[in-house]
Amino acid sequence: MGKMNSNLVEIEEGISFIPGASAIVAPLNKLINWGRAGSIWPATFGLACCAIEMMVAGASTNDLDRFGIIFRASPRQADCLILAGTISKKMAPVVRRVYDQMPEPRYVVAMGSCACSGGIFDTYAVVQGADEFLPVDVYIPGCPPRPEALLEGLLKLQEKILQEQGRWSQLA
Amino acid sequence: MESTGVAEALQKQFPGSVREVRSHRGQLAVFVNREPIVDICRYLKEDHLMNHLNCLCGVDNLKRKGLHHSRFEVVYQLYSIENRVALRLNALIPDDDPSIDSVTDLWTGADWLERETWDLVGIRFNNHPGLERILMPSDWQGHPLRKEYPLRGDVEWQGLEELRELAKRLSKHDFHQ
Amino acid sequence: MSQTTTLDVAVANGDEDRYRLKMGPQHPATHGVLRVDLDLDGETILDCRPKVGYLHRGFEKLAEHRTYSQNLVLTDRLDYIAAMANNVGYCEAVERLLAIEVPERSQYLRVMVCEMSRITGHLLWLATHALDIGAMTVFLYCFREREILLELFAELCGARLTTSYTRLGGVRQDVTHEFMSGLDRFVEQFPACIEEYETLIDTNRIWLKRTVGVGQVSAEGAVDLCLTGASLRGSGVDYDIRKHTPYAVYDRMDFEVPIGETGDTYARYRCRMEEMRQSNHILKQCIEQMPPGPIIGDDAPDLVMPAKPGKRMEVDTVTRASLIKLVEDRNCYMEGEVYVATEVPKGELGFFFISDGEGKPYRMHIRSPSFIHIGALASLCKGVMVADLIAIIGTLDVVLGECDR
Repeated sequence: MGKMNSNLVEIEEGISFIPGASAIVAPLNKLINWGRAGSIWPATFGLACCAIEMMVAGASTNDLDRFGIIFRASPRQADCLILAGTISKKMAPVVRRVYDQMPEPRYVVAMGSCACSGGIFDTYAVVQGADEFLPVDVYIPGCPPRPEALLEGLLKLQEKILQEQGRWSQLA
Repeated sequence: MESTGVAEALQKQFPGSVREVRSHRGQLAVFVNREPIVDICRYLKEDHLMNHLNCLCGVDNLKRKGLHHSRFEVVYQLYSIENRVALRLNALIPDDDPSIDSVTDLWTGADWLERETWDLVGIRFNNHPGLERILMPSDWQGHPLRKEYPLRGDVEWQGLEELRELAKRLSKHDFHQ
Repeated sequence: MSQTTTLDVAVANGDEDRYRLKMGPQHPATHGVLRVDLDLDGETILDCRPKVGYLHRGFEKLAEHRTYSQNLVLTDRLDYIAAMANNVGYCEAVERLLAIEVPERSQYLRVMVCEMSRITGHLLWLATHALDIGAMTVFLYCFREREILLELFAELCGARLTTSYTRLGGVRQDVTHEFMSGLDRFVEQFPACIEEYETLIDTNRIWLKRTVGVGQVSAEGAVDLCLTGASLRGSGVDYDIRKHTPYAVYDRMDFEVPIGETGDTYARYRCRMEEMRQSNHILKQCIEQMPPGPIIGDDAPDLVMPAKPGKRMEVDTVTRASLIKLVEDRNCYMEGEVYVATEVPKGELGFFFISDGEGKPYRMHIRSPSFIHIGALASLCKGVMVADLIAIIGTLDVVLGECDR
């Protein structure tokens, strides 16, 4: 082990590279986080106006595919729920049911003012923010947020994922 | 025939049922009793070719300051595509018995419009093929567009309370760093 | 309601082809949060019950607590694909109710943004309709043109989607030179783009098989279902509000209204493609004919600034102040009701207002074309296959934000 240590080149905090062997030595944590951050697969959950900006972010001009983000129709195959739009009280149990179907690790992005806090709709029919019944990871305010703002929110989610410790086992 | 002519013909055909004809900004509104509403609509549809039902909604006059005849009104906006004539019918509905006959026999499209009026204003439609809530959840209490209903709602919906309980119960399975 | 229907009995008898399927509200093909309960026999639909309300936000109740100027921002969120058209419709209705004059230049600007939003609305309709049927390329092409228009909107008023461009008595701000040159470039190139989309699908065998004869409705049937817009015109009924009761300066515009014949999905598709061409034609005329002048009328209700900066004004005083300006200046009578409809891309958007002499509407009812079109779904989908249901939802051109309000 002593001999190997002298060949390790540290490229980032905790991540080393063995030259000549084409191998990277890193804590399992960091490798898994890196894999997850580079392939966030959201479930398509466009509710209202923000869904249009989400579609634009996925289309040609601002491409989400280059970040590894592919929209999946089924929540069972997704690891992120982008709540784009107003959550009405009638829709809230459905949102929770879709969230409950997602396997771990799962992240929630509240896109738009309505998903963050109810927006301008402080009425009898609207839930004042997704965090009333869901744990939200990233809030993206805006009405609607520009596609660039959604991109920044997703990059922030990537940063958050990269900071996680031990989200890969019940035993950890 | 202009809309004033149609209104006059209506008054002649249904004497006693037309309570008032009001004009505002060039638009005519005819206030009618609710009993002959289906016959009135059929007469207008067949004899005056007012075949398109543009709009159907309910109004709650509880806090209205101007002259109004009854607590509730159901407003029918009719249009004749061929003659290009528009007319509005306001059917007057009392507070103690908020109900009126349905016009779904004349226009199938009135089905959902009447369901919405029932849901939000609380006016029953007799002979409707399936009068149930459409915009609010089916076990919602109260009719939101009534004037005594507060903007943020009064009693919290049962479904949302249950959802919050569920979220609290399941939150121990969430990842907490 | 727990009545045993024929379907329950059929299942009990072991007829495995018959079952009940709930589609949505989270579904990639339902254009929003629409739920459709289907009674199926194999792939054939025996009964179809659409369920809406999953995006009900309480617009009409909220409008009763806000002033007319404040309610303008709510209208963007109705048909969020073509927000400008909703703004124009709202302002037309309130100006009719309160007798506010609009200067000529801003009327031309309103027609211009209305037609631009008609093009954006139809482009998104085509993109999602084709995507549902299976043509993915059309989606990418349409979004390319749509981006140009959305960036023009952002140049004009700062927002791509929720524009709130019009104001009571005019529009918010005038066009810039960059905007006009961008629009000039767009109207030159756009007819070629429409031809590009048509090349992809117009005579494509799969497209024809999926759309010809699907969702057929006769002229009487369409009027009976209270359809409006291209869904009505595809069945041969000549009803376009821009021609019947022209508003703004539509009576000075030279354009045709395409009328279909067969009343099926293909006819409605051809109607909307042609409408995009006509919108482009109207835009060219707007650019040529736009007169100079003010963009907001003198008697437009102002935004009232607080007396002392930082001092909070009661909402009541704001509404009364804007009302006093109208009443004192022009002595106009405020009580009354109007119904004013405009032609938005989806059909006929109508606003029914009751004013009680206050600065807030007593009642605002939004006549939403999408609500009525989804209501017509049950009649159009008897005996069709599930795949045709998707095509019919697409051809009726519904947006749930407008449907549920």
